[in-house]
Amino acid sequence: MLSLYTRRRIINAVGLAISMLAMAFGLFWLCWILWTLLEHGLPALTPLVFAQMTPPPGSGGGLLNAIAGSLAMTLVGTLIGTPIGILAGTYLAEFGQRGWLAPITRFINDVLLSAPSIVIGLFVYEIYVVHVKHFSGWAGALALSIIVIPIVIRTTENMLRLVPTTLREAAAALGAPQWKIINFVTLRAARAGIITGVMLAIARISGETAPLLFTALNNQFWSSNMDQPMANLPVVIFQFAMSPYEDWQKLAWAGALLITLSVLTLNILARVLFQQKAASH
Amino acid sequence: MTAENIANPKITVPKIIVRDLNFYYGDYRALKDINLSIAEKMVTAFIGPSGCGKSTLLRTFNRMYQLYPKQKATGEILLDGANILDKKQDLNMLRARIGMVFQKPTPFPMSIYDNIAFGVKLYESLSKNDMDERVEWALRKAALWTEAKDKLKQSGTGLSGGQQQRLCIARAIAVKPQVLLLDEPTSALDPISTAHIEKLIDELKEDFTIVIVTHNMQQAARVSDYTAYMYLGDLIEFGDTSTVFTNPKRKETEDYITGRFG
Amino acid sequence: MPMFLREASLKRHTVLDLLFRNLTRVSAFGVLVLLAAIIGSLVVGSMPTIHAFGFGFLTSSDWDPVNDQFGALIPIVGTLVTSAIALLIAIPVSFGIAIFLTELSPRILRRPLGVAIELLAGIPSIIYGMWGLFVFAPLFAEHVEPWLSDHIGAMPYIGPFFSGPPMGIGMLAAGIILAIMVIPFIASVMRDVFEVVPTLLKESAYGLGATTWEVMWKVVLPYTKVGVAGGIMLGLGRALGETMAVTFVIGNAHELSKSLLMPGNSIASALANEFTEAYGELYTSALIELGLILFFITFVVLSLARYMLFKLGQREGQVS
Repeated sequence: MLSLYTRRRIINAVGLAISMLAMAFGLFWLCWILWTLLEHGLPALTPLVFAQMTPPPGSGGGLLNAIAGSLAMTLVGTLIGTPIGILAGTYLAEFGQRGWLAPITRFINDVLLSAPSIVIGLFVYEIYVVHVKHFSGWAGALALSIIVIPIVIRTTENMLRLVPTTLREAAAALGAPQWKIINFVTLRAARAGIITGVMLAIARISGETAPLLFTALNNQFWSSNMDQPMANLPVVIFQFAMSPYEDWQKLAWAGALLITLSVLTLNILARVLFQQKAASH
Repeated sequence: MTAENIANPKITVPKIIVRDLNFYYGDYRALKDINLSIAEKMVTAFIGPSGCGKSTLLRTFNRMYQLYPKQKATGEILLDGANILDKKQDLNMLRARIGMVFQKPTPFPMSIYDNIAFGVKLYESLSKNDMDERVEWALRKAALWTEAKDKLKQSGTGLSGGQQQRLCIARAIAVKPQVLLLDEPTSALDPISTAHIEKLIDELKEDFTIVIVTHNMQQAARVSDYTAYMYLGDLIEFGDTSTVFTNPKRKETEDYITGRFG
Repeated sequence: MPMFLREASLKRHTVLDLLFRNLTRVSAFGVLVLLAAIIGSLVVGSMPTIHAFGFGFLTSSDWDPVNDQFGALIPIVGTLVTSAIALLIAIPVSFGIAIFLTELSPRILRRPLGVAIELLAGIPSIIYGMWGLFVFAPLFAEHVEPWLSDHIGAMPYIGPFFSGPPMGIGMLAAGIILAIMVIPFIASVMRDVFEVVPTLLKESAYGLGATTWEVMWKVVLPYTKVGVAGGIMLGLGRALGETMAVTFVIGNAHELSKSLLMPGNSIASALANEFTEAYGELYTSALIELGLILFFITFVVLSLARYMLFKLGQREGQVS
């Protein structure tokens, strides 16, 4: 009896020790990757990065056009994706109790949520780039918006479901029509959660590279025309990092640090914002 | 509340002796200087309004509270003379000696047979035959054998609520514990299943020392030999069930029992 | 308010209600249209290769743009092999992390550690790729791969998988980087499903004298197995479709090699590397068909994942 028990205790101790190691293993990569980014990125992150255009190999330069392009496409992508996502999420939460549309949409949306982003780039290439016959900022923004939509739908639905039914009933008891209840009561009550979702979506697309490869491509020069190929941080990082030129690789590290910092900041901000809101309830 | 205030019954063979037990959830003192004895092979019931500490007291007997941070107990709980609150006391061994059944049925996600074998396998390496016998013994003790013998391989979650609770009792006694803790075992059951369980408790006390927490006074009156009435963390009155219910020593107990309060 | 005014406003509200409801309905329907459009456009785009090669496309290892001969076998194998390596590493690690976060971690550390793991999921995949290429691969080539080919490379059966020159980049390196990427996804799903296990169920197992490990392994895991499987499938879906992290370190070689230390190719990295430079209808179409295959595989995997998580949620609803 004791030997069985001793064996069980040993298995328990070993199992728990391994799970602690697993936790350490996970944190280890996070720390290592962040450390590498700081180590290579900080020295490369000079003010010039924000002041100059991407250079030809062998000469100094910055990432200004890429930063501007990324901001523009992220902005447009979010502006297209968010309203559609909120409307569709509202349908799922408020009108979707009956019928076939809501369950199927919910399921498809969950699948699209983690669909490979490179396929989305391919899709936009097929339906847009092929027809206008050139890469463009619009195409890039479109591809990003397709990534934003499922994320916003998901959070909108989840957040609306958290709004207590009594709130809707109270508004309905005053004789308010449904569109007013939803727009002025329910959506408003869920606002913080939805904003969190949008921030997470922005964080996600600001690091996306694959869908931009075949849509916005790249542009070595300043471009404020969304109808032209457009520089953007991820693709510049990809090209520069894969290149044999040291100047380019340095800029790639600077860009990588910039992207990671902004993505992590957005992620943390979104959490803090949501938590504060949750705590005040 | 001090010990003199309580009519302590004459318990000749105490299985568990509780001395100056205090319990804290963080800073909140949930049990205050509890002193009582649990008689061997008898049924002891803890009654009182919600939040009085009756479940808390029960959960100190197998140190279930230890799963959660910031909960701690001070004082002594002697099981056969050995203090189980002692840090050296091995938790798993303690829990193998003290079985517990909860408010809601908690069948594990496995077959009826495996549910019962689960606890046994933790401490004994039985042959297939011995294990079969043990499972049958436990199911018979729990009055579930006739209903379950043809579906031992089926999932325990497929049984009705009352059957699930009897399965949990069978699972607890299959380990052959000395003490059985029942934490409101019938609160989620219908009246017929409740009657089944109550009858079972009466039979089980031949083999086990039973402590039951209940919010149902009639139940306490029906099944228990001793009753402890608790209020706000204090043990108000403890005695023979018949005495506590027919001739309570204290006004508070009388008020609660006659339904004037709680 | 006069009666006719009230009636007018009532009518206006009815119209607006209808309008709003249909606006949201159309948006929801748009998701289905989007899916249909993605599949449709990919099918149309891959028509030329479907006509030229038929099902042979799936089993051929040719990839010869000069002579217009294309087959998807190498990238399909590469995608499956790297994802399999990733899961092999990620599943046990994620399980350990989830146990740590639900049962072992001191309460104060629970949230920050959980967030840290989630942040690991937030890091853009291109960063993993760069880090893999510049930091991980050289170390891997110098310290790990020589050891692998010396010690395991000589063994029977599994030896051939670990032989070859230590180059750092290759299928094994890509698989390991993918593992690091999917660990946070799988671990957070596992943690979430472990947290829905009723406290009473765990207490009953502890009440019988089970150890923490036994409670997790014999009660919590069986109880949540559908959800855990769903989380693993979700991670698999991620790994299959991951582009940038793999592209940097897989080596992009259209070769079918037994050794995991050798460079290979995956669907996503073939697309990333070759699509903008593809010339000719057939070349482009072959790449688009690769995309279609990838979308199909991930769609099936992710559907299974969602179905499993949905099942767990449903059972949760019944129990409580």
